[in-house]
Amino acid sequence: MDLAFSPAEQAFREEVRAFLDAELPDDLRDKVRHRRELQREDYLRWQRILHARGWIAGSWPKEHGGCEWTPAQRHIFDEESHAADAPPLLPFGLQMVGPVIYTFGRPDQKEYFLPRLLSGEHWWCQGYSEPGSGSDLASLQTAAVRDGDDYVINGQKIWTSLAHHADWIFCLVRTRKEGKHQEGISFLLIDMKTPGITVRPLVLMDQGHHVNEVFFENVRVPVANRIGEENKGWTYAKFLLGNERAGIAEVAWNKKLLQRLKEMAADTPASGDRLLDDALFSRKVAETEVKLTALEYCNLRILAAMQEGSPPGGEASMLKLLGSEVTQAITELTVEALGYYAAPYEMADHAPGSNWSPVGPEAAEGVMGQHLFMRAITIAGGSSEVQKNIIAKMVLGL
Amino acid sequence: MDFNLSEEQQLLKDSVDRFILDDYDFEKRRKTSSTDDGFSRDNWKTFAELGWLAVGLPEEYGGFGGPIETMIVMEAIGRGLVTEPYLPTVVLGAGLVVEAGTEEQKTEILGAVAEGNCMLAFGYAEPTSRFNLADVTTKAEEQGGGYVLNGHKSVVYGAPSADRIIVSARTSGGVRDRDGISLFIVDNNAKGVSRRDYPTADGLRASEVMLENVEVGADAMLGAEGAALPVIEKVVDRGIAALCSEAVGCMEMLKDETNEYLKTRKQFGVPIGKFQVLQHRMVDCFIELEQSRSMTYMVTLKLDEDEKERRKAASSAKAQIGKGGVFIGAQSVQMHGGMGMTDELKISHYYKRLMQIDTMFGNRDWHLKQFAALTQ
Repeated sequence: MDLAFSPAEQAFREEVRAFLDAELPDDLRDKVRHRRELQREDYLRWQRILHARGWIAGSWPKEHGGCEWTPAQRHIFDEESHAADAPPLLPFGLQMVGPVIYTFGRPDQKEYFLPRLLSGEHWWCQGYSEPGSGSDLASLQTAAVRDGDDYVINGQKIWTSLAHHADWIFCLVRTRKEGKHQEGISFLLIDMKTPGITVRPLVLMDQGHHVNEVFFENVRVPVANRIGEENKGWTYAKFLLGNERAGIAEVAWNKKLLQRLKEMAADTPASGDRLLDDALFSRKVAETEVKLTALEYCNLRILAAMQEGSPPGGEASMLKLLGSEVTQAITELTVEALGYYAAPYEMADHAPGSNWSPVGPEAAEGVMGQHLFMRAITIAGGSSEVQKNIIAKMVLGL
Repeated sequence: MDFNLSEEQQLLKDSVDRFILDDYDFEKRRKTSSTDDGFSRDNWKTFAELGWLAVGLPEEYGGFGGPIETMIVMEAIGRGLVTEPYLPTVVLGAGLVVEAGTEEQKTEILGAVAEGNCMLAFGYAEPTSRFNLADVTTKAEEQGGGYVLNGHKSVVYGAPSADRIIVSARTSGGVRDRDGISLFIVDNNAKGVSRRDYPTADGLRASEVMLENVEVGADAMLGAEGAALPVIEKVVDRGIAALCSEAVGCMEMLKDETNEYLKTRKQFGVPIGKFQVLQHRMVDCFIELEQSRSMTYMVTLKLDEDEKERRKAASSAKAQIGKGGVFIGAQSVQMHGGMGMTDELKISHYYKRLMQIDTMFGNRDWHLKQFAALTQ
């Protein structure tokens, strides 16, 4: 047993750190640090910088343009990126559809989609949830009916993150109504410019436009855009959900958020002392930090097992569950730390060209918005309750 | 980064696990814990023969291994709800001697501990100290080249069976000063030592130890005069790591037993594990266990880091283990229903041990406060 990273891994950390020092633009760093909403171009700029360095797809095999990093290397990269306030890499292409394409796609699909995905030329979004299919995803209804060399798609997807930025959407559609729900689903890649697709914003409680409804009205998609076999889409979807879950605990990001909470509480006066010295407040911070430490070491144990070739099973659900709870605890405490200055709020302040100037301490910027948006993380990607169902079934055999 | 045991460690684990499984079933444990000693001296001999009493001691005194080996033994002790005074003797008592003892003290005590011929206890708490290790009112005054001890050490686990009790006493300074605390090795039957022995809620044995004009020689002092607190803190942090391992053993046993019960107990025509409310409760227990295990590895592997890191590790681990242990204990009772309440089933016995583990060396509140102070 040994907690230390190997010399090679430590050297890799130095390499990542030096790269971030040199290449991460200050204005992007600043935006992330101030919790401002990132625009499409912000994400893409960072993606292109990483792509130029060859570091855009840490987990992918080299033959598809990835780095084949070990789980420990990916962990180190995440840690350093968050510590440096780098923009996050969106998962829809890199972690979700990309691995599906290189694992189950045809050679021509790989050749066309993978390079464009990596370079950022194609922005991907995920068409999974439907109004009637949330936690019970397999009950989805969006229909794909075969007509010659096309499928004709009718239906609706919902909660589609950043679909308004997307060039392509990967969709689960129903290709068979009879039999078990899971056995009538196919996995399609759909160009967002195809006639019949409408994207409508869903504004969330933080007033932000993060998610959308996507409507399909007689949308013709070539059968050639199907991944794998017809009616086998659920298999690919499950692969996708199980893929790349080591980072799901968001340990590095949570550490960063916690560090900033403590900085803020140290700068916040409370009855002549620092808020951080308030017994009740500091207790809550300490409890959260203990929970984060426990999560960190759970994550490292699972990572070490992955290094040795055992993929995480139900344990990944535990990481998701705990990580999202820790994030929510931190953002809640950050709002609490602000006191009255959590109140001034103008979403337009995040929009380019806004005249809004922040009110209160500098660190107050974006705190409420982040907290409100983060309420979603125990719902999205399989709610906490669904994660518990998975653990009960897969780990405990109940 | 590696969480695997070495080959030797795995062998040790196999050996302690096999003993608990084959020779320490719950009915046997019930019998030995209700004897006067509260444990079996035959078992103690077996522990010595199998080398477990030498774990963590230096090789030159017949010892082997370190924190990881202690973790392995203590986890099995937790699973078996072992009542033999391993923690007071090997981890705390011998630990203090290893850390602060003179060559003579080490030679005299450590070999005897390893051979099973010397049991130890550590009296650090007092009726008014609560969890503060520096809060020492027991006095040691110099007299005729030795010391005279007066004071009251409370809830000293293992004291009834100990050959020697190591006590903290103040040689100088005010009640809660960090400086001025010394350690003394006192013969349990020395003149002026009196005890009130009692069983504890978790089925172990402890004592109130009264020191009334107990005369000891200068060679009874363990470590430098007035400078014992850092030594005590270091050894208590090892005790915390050991206790965390024991707690993980207890929690794992409860998790397994309760999970099995959910699969077999039927109500309303189905196993109660089919009810989502119980599934989710069971998952909460599983997650507390995993967090506790992770924290136990963490603190075990950080015991030799600098003082601040070590104390952070110990306090954060203890806070988690205290919370997780009591949660799993209480939920296991709840999910077993009325049967969980009985003395007959082992469930409640584990719960009672986990409650004491939460308190020992400082409860959750205490350690959260320490952790907060160390991390601000």
